[in-house]
Order: sequence, then C-alpha cells, then structure tokens
Amino acid sequence: MSKRLTKVEVEQIAALAHLELTTDETELFTRQLGAILEYAERLQEVDTDDITSTWNPSDIQSPLRRDDVRASLPSEDALSNAPDATVRGPAFFRVPKVIG
Amino acid sequence: MPPTSAPDNGTVTTIRRAVAGGDRSAVDICQAYLDRIAAADGQLNAMTTVLGDDALARADEIDRHREEWRDRPLLGVPLTVKDVICTRGLPTTAASRILNGFRPPYHATVVTRLLDAGAVVIGKTNCDEFAMGSSTEHSAYGPSRNPWAPDRTPGGSSGGAAVAVAARFAPASIASDTGGSIRQPAALCGVVGLKPTYGRVSRYGLLAFASSLDQIGPITLTVDDAATLLGVMAGRDPCDATSVDEPANIFLDPVRGEVRGVRVGVPRAVLDSGVDIEVEKSFKECLRVLTEHGAELVDVELPHASYAIPVYYLVAPAEASSNLARYDGVRYGFRAAVSDDLAPNVAAMYDRTRDEGFGTEVKRRIMLGTYALSAGYYDAYYVQAQRVRSLIRRDYDVAFSERGIDVIAMPTTPTPAFRLGEHTDDPLAMYLGDVFTVSANLTGLPAISLPGGLTTARLPVGFQLVGRPFDEATLFSLGDAFEHTVPWWWEHPPLGE
Repeated sequence: MSKRLTKVEVEQIAALAHLELTTDETELFTRQLGAILEYAERLQEVDTDDITSTWNPSDIQSPLRRDDVRASLPSEDALSNAPDATVRGPAFFRVPKVIG
Repeated sequence: MPPTSAPDNGTVTTIRRAVAGGDRSAVDICQAYLDRIAAADGQLNAMTTVLGDDALARADEIDRHREEWRDRPLLGVPLTVKDVICTRGLPTTAASRILNGFRPPYHATVVTRLLDAGAVVIGKTNCDEFAMGSSTEHSAYGPSRNPWAPDRTPGGSSGGAAVAVAARFAPASIASDTGGSIRQPAALCGVVGLKPTYGRVSRYGLLAFASSLDQIGPITLTVDDAATLLGVMAGRDPCDATSVDEPANIFLDPVRGEVRGVRVGVPRAVLDSGVDIEVEKSFKECLRVLTEHGAELVDVELPHASYAIPVYYLVAPAEASSNLARYDGVRYGFRAAVSDDLAPNVAAMYDRTRDEGFGTEVKRRIMLGTYALSAGYYDAYYVQAQRVRSLIRRDYDVAFSERGIDVIAMPTTPTPAFRLGEHTDDPLAMYLGDVFTVSANLTGLPAISLPGGLTTARLPVGFQLVGRPFDEATLFSLGDAFEHTVPWWWEHPPLGE
C-alpha cells in the first residue's frame, strides 16, 4: 500500500471525478495527495478484523415517514437557477450535445 | 450618526427581552448591528451578503406584531447565517464560484424555524468553500480576518460566523460543523461554539459536505444563548431522515449552571501531541476552575484518538466527492463555456465547469475521496477508516459508561490563531490542526467550545467539552457555571471604540 501516487493515477482519478485539471494542478495533487495518503497509511496498523464499520454515527434508527403524495417544487422554481433552461411550453434544462 | 444603542454586549436573551418588553424596537437594534457591519466588515470580510433593507423590513414587521408575537423565543434577534445554508431568494454561495448567482427556491429547515421564532436574518457569512478548510482562506470571496489580530485567521470553516459574533455584527451566528468548523473558529475568536449531537438538528437545506458528519449549530456570546438557539432549531424534520425526535424544548428555559459532582474526563495522553505551551497552560487553568467549584477530574484513555485525523481525512473527502457530484453546470450556478471547442459536448462542459468552478482545496478533497472510493483502494482506505471510526467511538463509550464520566475536556485547538498564509501551501499541516475537533463528528457526540482565556499576545484559546449522545444539557450546565466564574469571559477584541 505504501507506494507513491503517480501522475497517471492522478489523471485517472480526475477523469472519474469529472475534473479537467490543468498540468500544474495535476503535478500539485500528485505531490500533495501522495503525502496525505502516506500519512493515512498508519491506519493499516490497527487490527480491525472483528470490527464493523460505522456508516452513520446515530444510535437511533431513522423512522420512516408515510409515503404520501405531497406538493413538490414548481418546475419554474426548479429551473430558475439553471444556466440554460426553457420554461415556456415543456420545461427543461438545456445542455450541450450529449452524443456525437 | 452613532448608533442609537450600542450593540456591544447585547445577547440573544437581553435583546429578546428588550424587544418583547417594548424597551427597544427591533428596527433600532437591527440598525445598530448593520452600522457595526458597515463600519468594520471592510477590514474583517466576515460577510458575503448583508441584508440591509430586507432585514429592516423584517424588523419592522416584528415591531408591528410585538404584542401578538411576544412569546417567541428570538423576537427581534438579529442573526447571521453561514453561506452554506439555504435562504429562499437570497444568495447562497458556499463561498464557491460554482454557486455564483444561486438563489435557493426554499429555506433550510433551521432558517424556517429561526424565522418562526422571531429572528431577523441580517446577512450570510463567509467560510471556506463548501465548508472545507480551517482558516476561511479557501473562500472565493477572500479570507476573513481575526478581529483580535487582523493578520491572523479567524479559523474555519465558519470563520465569518465566528468573526460576526466576536466583532458584534450580530449576537449570534448559525453555522455548520463537519470536523470542527463551528468550534475551531469560535475558539480562535473567543466566543461559544456548539456542535450538537448528530441527528439533533435537521440538515435539510444545508449544502451537503459529508453527510455522516455534518451538523448545524450556533455560535454565541453566552452558553445560555447557545441553548436557546438549539432549542429553536432542534427536533425531527421529515425532510431529513437522520433527524431524530428527542425532546429539546427544555433548552428554551434558562440554563442553570452546575459544576458540583460532575465527573470530567481528561485524556492526558492526547495533550502530548504537540500542543502549544500557552494552550496547555490555559487548559490547565480551565480544569483548575472546574475542580475549585466541585468538579471531579478523572484521567481517561482514548487509545485510538491519534487515528482520528487520518480517519476523518478519508471519510469526509469520500462523502464529499459523492455529494459534490451534483455541481455540474446543469441545474444551478456557474457553467463554463465550451462553445469554442471543435465538438462541444456535455462531458466536456461538466469537466471544465467543475475545474473552473471549484477552488483548489475542494478539488483536492474530491480527488482524495474519489481515490479512497475507487476500485482496488476502497477496502484498504475507506472501509478500514470506517472500522477505525468504530474503535474511536468505542473509546468514548467506555469512558462514559464504564468509567462514569459525564464530559470529556480537551483544548479545542492545539494552537491559537495562526497567521494568514501560514499553512496554505501545506494542506496536511492544516489538517493536523483539527486533531481535537474531528472526533466529535466521527462519533456523533455533542461538543462545545468555550472561551478558555487569552494568551500573553491577547489571542483567544478555546476550552472544549464533549458530552454523551443527546446530553447537551450537561455541556450547557457546566459551561454556564464556567462562564459565570472565569474572569476573562467578556474580554473582547478592539471594537473601534
């Protein structure tokens, strides 16, 4: 586990995270994330064989609400912050071409 | 024209009483705080939005309904709200370029509850972008400055919220705490900061950072005010499945300070990890005050405490990388231009929007979290961190149940406020400063930071108490007694007198 992060790995992570990093950012993160992960290596020394994960710190089970039909945000409000949207006629978000 | 009534030591309690009793108008009080902001925020940069006319109109509404609303627990009380909490129709930026221009179509549940209680929201406060940071230096709006020493950080991520209270821009601020973001700036600015128990307060309308850690809480001048604000905000909300139905009305009653017989756990070994000598001195003095008034000190061990930082800095970025996937330039905020590309498409738009819209610290954490969750590393990093997290919680459970400890005392931070720029090139050094605060988030336990005195250079130091689940009452009781005992409580930064 103690191998250093490579630039290629950082580029792969950036692609997964949908970040178009600049060359400078890729170099910076290769160095900094490597140092942070190296620091986190100390977790490997803890014996956790019989330990379950804590996904949620609450001791109390979340109660379920009834599945009632309720009013939701009007589409005009939902679209009001969009960088590009159409509200006349059928309301929708507009984005650059998806395929091709 | 000088303000008609100096806001210097007004508290939530005294302001509410003055307005409800007709001694002062809500408009007059609101104006006095707006004047303070106008005079000092040019230097301190605590505010991202100031609501002048809106706030005065709201204050006027309160004055007109004074008789009818006189029982409301925050009648006419001006508040600031951290800019990661949604306010309907008002800018909510997360101090990020990617939310430039965003005006939420709804209020966060806490905002609705505060307004229903009679509060006046007078502005939004600056913070680290998406609450990621410990200095407010990762804000797209520039850093906030510490009113005690303007060349130093007020802490973060809720730096603006703590500055607003310390500099008397408002008697209280509402903020969020994911790894210390309420308590650390409260400590560095010499005010009270409370992170309630996980589940106590609804996060509906809080821009999510790390959902298993985030909690909303108050920053105030007094412990009683923190209790009042918790009483208003707490309680089950159908819009947040993690919020629980625990009684909270009791917090609206005046807190009764009590120290005698309280068993205070002190994790001595934790103090060996590079604590500033003046912080250590102040911590010992705070403990001495508690014992002098009848508290019993008990040594406790938290054997896994030294793993809290690496656990936190894997779990929080992992959750953040997922939560921040929603910022893609489609539904709100900023969208980068791709029209000059040879073949503009939606994927290029996402990637460029996120690179141009997010700041460096947010990208660093998205990258770290994406890595920790990726195939091949998930078990070694993320799952192992969540397991060690269970061990950290078990240490606290043992202290509380087997040792009969009521609260655990720690410094809030290892050092007083550091200089702006001191840690910006070394993220790991910045992260290590969160050593005393992240455990309360990992375990979900309630924790309060109290003013713990001043260093010789007159920089505030925080004194932190961590309680049992849903036992904020003991934190308040002990904190209130402490408040009325220590001589430094009402020390304040220069207020331009």
